[in-house]
Amino acid sequence: MTELLQQLINGLALGAIYALIALGYTMVYGVLRFINFAHSDVFMVGAFSGYFLARLVPEGSVMGAILVLLGAMAICAALGMLIEKLAYRPLRGRSTLTALITAIGVSLLLQNLGQRIFGANPRSFPALFPQHQFHMGGLVISSGQIMVFVVALLLLFALRHIVLKTRIGTAMRALSFNPTAASLVGVNNDLVISFTFALGSALAAAGGILYATNYPSIDPLMGTLPGLKAFVAAVLGGIGNIAGAAVGGLVLGLVETGVVALGGSTYRDAVAFAVLILILLLRPNGLLGRSQAEKV
Amino acid sequence: MNTASVRVLPLLVAAIALLAGCSKSGGGAEASADAIVVGEFASLTGKEATFGQSSHKGTELAIEELNKAGGVLGRQLRLVSEDNRSTPGESATIAKKLITRDKVVAILGEVASGRSLEAAPIAQASQIPMISPSSTNPKVTETGDYIFRVCFIDPFQGGLLAAFARNTLKSQKVAIFSDVAAPYSVGLAQFFREAYLAGGGQVVSEQKYTGGDKDFKAQLTAIKSAGVDAIMVPGYYTDVGLIVAQARQLGITAPLFGGDGWEAPELLQIAGPQALEGTYYSTHFSPESTDPLAQKFVAAYKAKYNGETPDAMAALGYDSAMVLADAIKRAGTTEGPKLREALAATKDFPGATGVTTLDARRDASKPAVIITVKDGKFHYLETIAP
Repeated sequence: MTELLQQLINGLALGAIYALIALGYTMVYGVLRFINFAHSDVFMVGAFSGYFLARLVPEGSVMGAILVLLGAMAICAALGMLIEKLAYRPLRGRSTLTALITAIGVSLLLQNLGQRIFGANPRSFPALFPQHQFHMGGLVISSGQIMVFVVALLLLFALRHIVLKTRIGTAMRALSFNPTAASLVGVNNDLVISFTFALGSALAAAGGILYATNYPSIDPLMGTLPGLKAFVAAVLGGIGNIAGAAVGGLVLGLVETGVVALGGSTYRDAVAFAVLILILLLRPNGLLGRSQAEKV
Repeated sequence: MNTASVRVLPLLVAAIALLAGCSKSGGGAEASADAIVVGEFASLTGKEATFGQSSHKGTELAIEELNKAGGVLGRQLRLVSEDNRSTPGESATIAKKLITRDKVVAILGEVASGRSLEAAPIAQASQIPMISPSSTNPKVTETGDYIFRVCFIDPFQGGLLAAFARNTLKSQKVAIFSDVAAPYSVGLAQFFREAYLAGGGQVVSEQKYTGGDKDFKAQLTAIKSAGVDAIMVPGYYTDVGLIVAQARQLGITAPLFGGDGWEAPELLQIAGPQALEGTYYSTHFSPESTDPLAQKFVAAYKAKYNGETPDAMAALGYDSAMVLADAIKRAGTTEGPKLREALAATKDFPGATGVTTLDARRDASKPAVIITVKDGKFHYLETIAP
């Protein structure tokens, strides 16, 4: 019983990380109908920004950790806007396939630039947050895992608030509904799309830092697999749907942990992608469907 | 550098083809007349970069010392090093390149058994001797009679780890947590299991992972609930670091131990010194060794590399080059078949990691040392004779 509950905690913690990365995917898709495959590499840049920023603050202090987190989010937000301006804006209005291929190109560019600048060797990520293990009966949960939950939840609600309650969020939804009509009624499409990328990339940075604090070995190719998993999570929950990303991430984390717990550890990734195929076959719109009200 | 070299490569090939076409007289044989070219492939970057870097530094030191002493057969040695980025699928291509383009007389490499196994068939088919400094999987030298190694093999390492787990750790029930993607890990796990079971112990949980995984908590939770008194992790240091850290996070207090794949200072940074308390691994060499040749090597290494302390991979990299130079001297030539015979006849050659004698299966039989972590530092525990 203890084992089952512990595996449940493991699965939810893993899932929360997937959910965190999936939020960024799903938001950009929701507004632009465009899968930003460079997201997983912005995630990597976020982790590396954290790695270098962490040298400027004392180790293990909460204030310093928050500063590092915000700093990395700002760096990645700027990077996201830059990518959008240089790579995606010139292609706006072309077929989605063109944009998709460009996104893959940007992803490869970031990976190889990363290897060029940071080197291909894994680096060990410093202990940003104070580390602590909480024991409850036979169960163990680490402060890092709790942090992921808290940050994922906070960002989830912040994102919903931005999209549903603010002016820029209204503009985002208008743009998503009909770009031409939105610009006719005075929405500055360039600005809104820039903002969407900034927001999505900041989320990726937060994901990157939390991922690195839990799995403290970072390298320029670290984004690929978590990025793919988060993409699966986003599709699983219904891509474009913010709550769906969270649900999809948690389900995927639980499924993966379950597979390993049952002794199929080498099939972990295979099962994750099999889930993607099954969802696409049985429920193409994802678990939470695609309700208009939720769409961002 | 990678992208640039890719772009330059076709040009280079074309230029070489042109040169070859213009002047038939200027072949590779003349170009190498002044220096003996030795090839090396190593994981200089990537996941197991520390292995490649250490091994490479040791090899370079050996070549430098040999050249200072007047070279071999009156000729200087020149080392051509190639990086396989710790990824599978590169080493065979590199071996081909070293043999056909650089005209190397022998190949040194690799640390990881999986990558040595990729290059070995190429060296064998081209009749170019290959010496692996520290691949311990027996299959490496089973590839053919041109493949040698200067370190012990995993049946020995698995056996000594089993004895260590039984006698020193006083364990009865262990878990094995191995990397399915690394032949080294699979092999070492198997030899350990056989020896441990034969000694009357029990393996109560066997879990697997794939090298490069980041989350090991599900497997570790299963191991924890199986109630073990020690955990054997025959992996490479990047994964092992995360495994040890996550095991401690889950409240597992049982000792963890493994083989020479743990050998890297990065282990301390990834896992953190606290998590590593009560972990042990076996390896080929300790810089704390009192052997005069080992001490001479440590001093020379520190002098060349800004006071850096050499690890086992560095010492074996050094020995692999020294054993090769010794064989070239005895053979009196760099021709593949004769050099192979001289290498196979290597007997009682003194080096940094002890005395090297190559047996009929072209393996060396050497003592192992057990290292433990205490107060955030690696410490020598004991030496186990073969």
